Amino acid sequence: MGAIDPALLLAAIIVAATPILLAALGELVVERAGVLNLGVEGMMITGAICGFAVAVNSGSPALGFVAAAGGGAVLALLFAVLTQVALANQVASGLALTLFGLGLSSLLGQGYQGIKPPPVPRLDLGPLSDLPFLGRVLFSHDLMAYLALALVAVVWAVLKYTRAGLILRAVGENHDAAHALGYKVVRVRVLAILFGGACAGLGGAYISLIRVPQWTEGMTSGAGWIALALVVFASWKAGRVLLGAWLFGGVTVLQLNLQAAGLAIPVEYLSMSPYLITILVLVIMARDKSRAPASLGRVFHASQ
Amino acid sequence: MLRLEKRPQPSRLWTYATPPLAVVITMIAGAALFAALGKDPVEAIATIFWKPLFGEFSFYYRPQLLIKAAPLILIAIGLSLGFRAGIWNIGAEGQYIIGALAGAGVALALYPLESRIVFPLMVIAGALGGWAWAMIPALLKVRFGTNEILVSLMLVYVAEQLLAAMALGLMKNPEGRGFPGSRNLREYDSAHNADIIAGTGMHWGVAAAVIAVIAAYILLSRHSLGFHIRLAGQAPRAARFAGVRPGRLVIFCLGVAGALAGLAGMFEVAGPAGQISIDFNVGYGFTAIIVAFLGRLHPVGIGLAGLLMALTYIGGEMAQSTLGLPAAAIQLFQGMLLFFLLAVDLLTNYRIRLHKREAV
Repeated sequence: MGAIDPALLLAAIIVAATPILLAALGELVVERAGVLNLGVEGMMITGAICGFAVAVNSGSPALGFVAAAGGGAVLALLFAVLTQVALANQVASGLALTLFGLGLSSLLGQGYQGIKPPPVPRLDLGPLSDLPFLGRVLFSHDLMAYLALALVAVVWAVLKYTRAGLILRAVGENHDAAHALGYKVVRVRVLAILFGGACAGLGGAYISLIRVPQWTEGMTSGAGWIALALVVFASWKAGRVLLGAWLFGGVTVLQLNLQAAGLAIPVEYLSMSPYLITILVLVIMARDKSRAPASLGRVFHASQ
Repeated sequence: MLRLEKRPQPSRLWTYATPPLAVVITMIAGAALFAALGKDPVEAIATIFWKPLFGEFSFYYRPQLLIKAAPLILIAIGLSLGFRAGIWNIGAEGQYIIGALAGAGVALALYPLESRIVFPLMVIAGALGGWAWAMIPALLKVRFGTNEILVSLMLVYVAEQLLAAMALGLMKNPEGRGFPGSRNLREYDSAHNADIIAGTGMHWGVAAAVIAVIAAYILLSRHSLGFHIRLAGQAPRAARFAGVRPGRLVIFCLGVAGALAGLAGMFEVAGPAGQISIDFNVGYGFTAIIVAFLGRLHPVGIGLAGLLMALTYIGGEMAQSTLGLPAAAIQLFQGMLLFFLLAVDLLTNYRIRLHKREAV
């Protein structure tokens, strides 16, 4: 156990937390608009392969991330059409999105197994990166990790201080009242869903381009579902999503390190731990129901 | 312009017409997909939907149809009860795995005892295993109000890890020369889930699926519990006034779904699969969600939908070997089916009216 460097461990936690942080932030916005999109896993894995394929073919990870956001958003658009135009059940549509995304990604991913993507450079922050301990932990990551952190602040500020955020929350809390006030409920929700899809796509690409980095089928292995749990954990607040993401990142990294350290426990039991912790967190947080947007998951049609 | 108008009541006609319509649209979209992959679309659709039933080698594929449909129908029947009541168990895959582990565990513990009691014990263990796994989200929901969707789904990943641990550890075949995986239960007569009539594919799981369809039909149409399930889904407030206790409904629906999924896993491991191995589960628990919706959550519909879905599995395998169609294309095809189904469902609840924009 003594072989684990705490600086590397903390740095690894930030890397492990970024994909679920991105996906959960997107889903947070979607749910604040009153829509429950259970398709996060499907959008993440689609983003993972879109980003990977484009990055490999173009040689540019940046283009890869753009493609990942696009891929996630396109898939989210399907969900938006189903739930906002065809007024389908959101739970069933979200499940359909995940099943569809898993199939789509493994079809798109054929021929990409075992390839290494172009490396994503670490940002050189000059003297900051050379700081003895903090430099390694905080100031030697790639651009996406910082963008994810910035996004936390942006989502928080937009929801709390801007008119757009207020409208979004109004739509999520009471869509009939928002409609009566003249806000375009469906339009707001579709935009929120697209944003959620793009974020999930970015999160997926972070896994396939930076965290792992390679393509394997089903490689998100439940990260999208953990992101959904994270939104509940965070009581629909952006700041707490960050805390939650670090917690889950910490659990993931810790169990991987314990696996590497060759503990007497079989690897499989350690691999269960992130999922078990998620369940535990859900149980603890279930008492605080007050924060859920009041219109979450309800179908809106102007006739009612 | 087009306008949606809510129907006072869901249309009966469209309730029956939407699933076949969705299948047809999926076939068209699927054909386009296969064409995009460079395969002859007509040939591909025929290979998936026609040849397994009426083609040259149908004598081999027809029994396969029952073998694949049985677990799908068993699981989907259980899921449909919950879905009707607004209880979303999407972790059937995990319950399926645990049922298989429990059933196989009993058989492996009793090996090499040859007795008539072995198989019934395995059936009970399989059902109990799946039931117990489903009780985790059920009790957490009733006691703490946790979301059963997320908990049951998380438990799928836990079950998969447990399966791997068992295949590599406790249940590993001691005479397997170090290969992962358990003893083959097909070589253990008392535990083997053999065809009831040889060569038909009609194993005990198929019999159980038929019984489940009939029992669910009677429950939903003739029993007050079935009425409560439907009421809780359609009018939760009215259900509470009618004395339906939501907690008990959660326990019942998740329990039945878990037990049926566990049974499906147990019949699979004792028969078609034969052994506990790392890749034992192939996603029946998730495909069963599609089956449940395609069957309109109605027992008879689920039976038909299960057969159709089994056909896409078998036809998909056939298209894989003869046309080189990737396995993922079939997965995508199944996903599309659910998409289109949900989309055309609009017609059941809403009327589409063509109407001119008028001054208000």
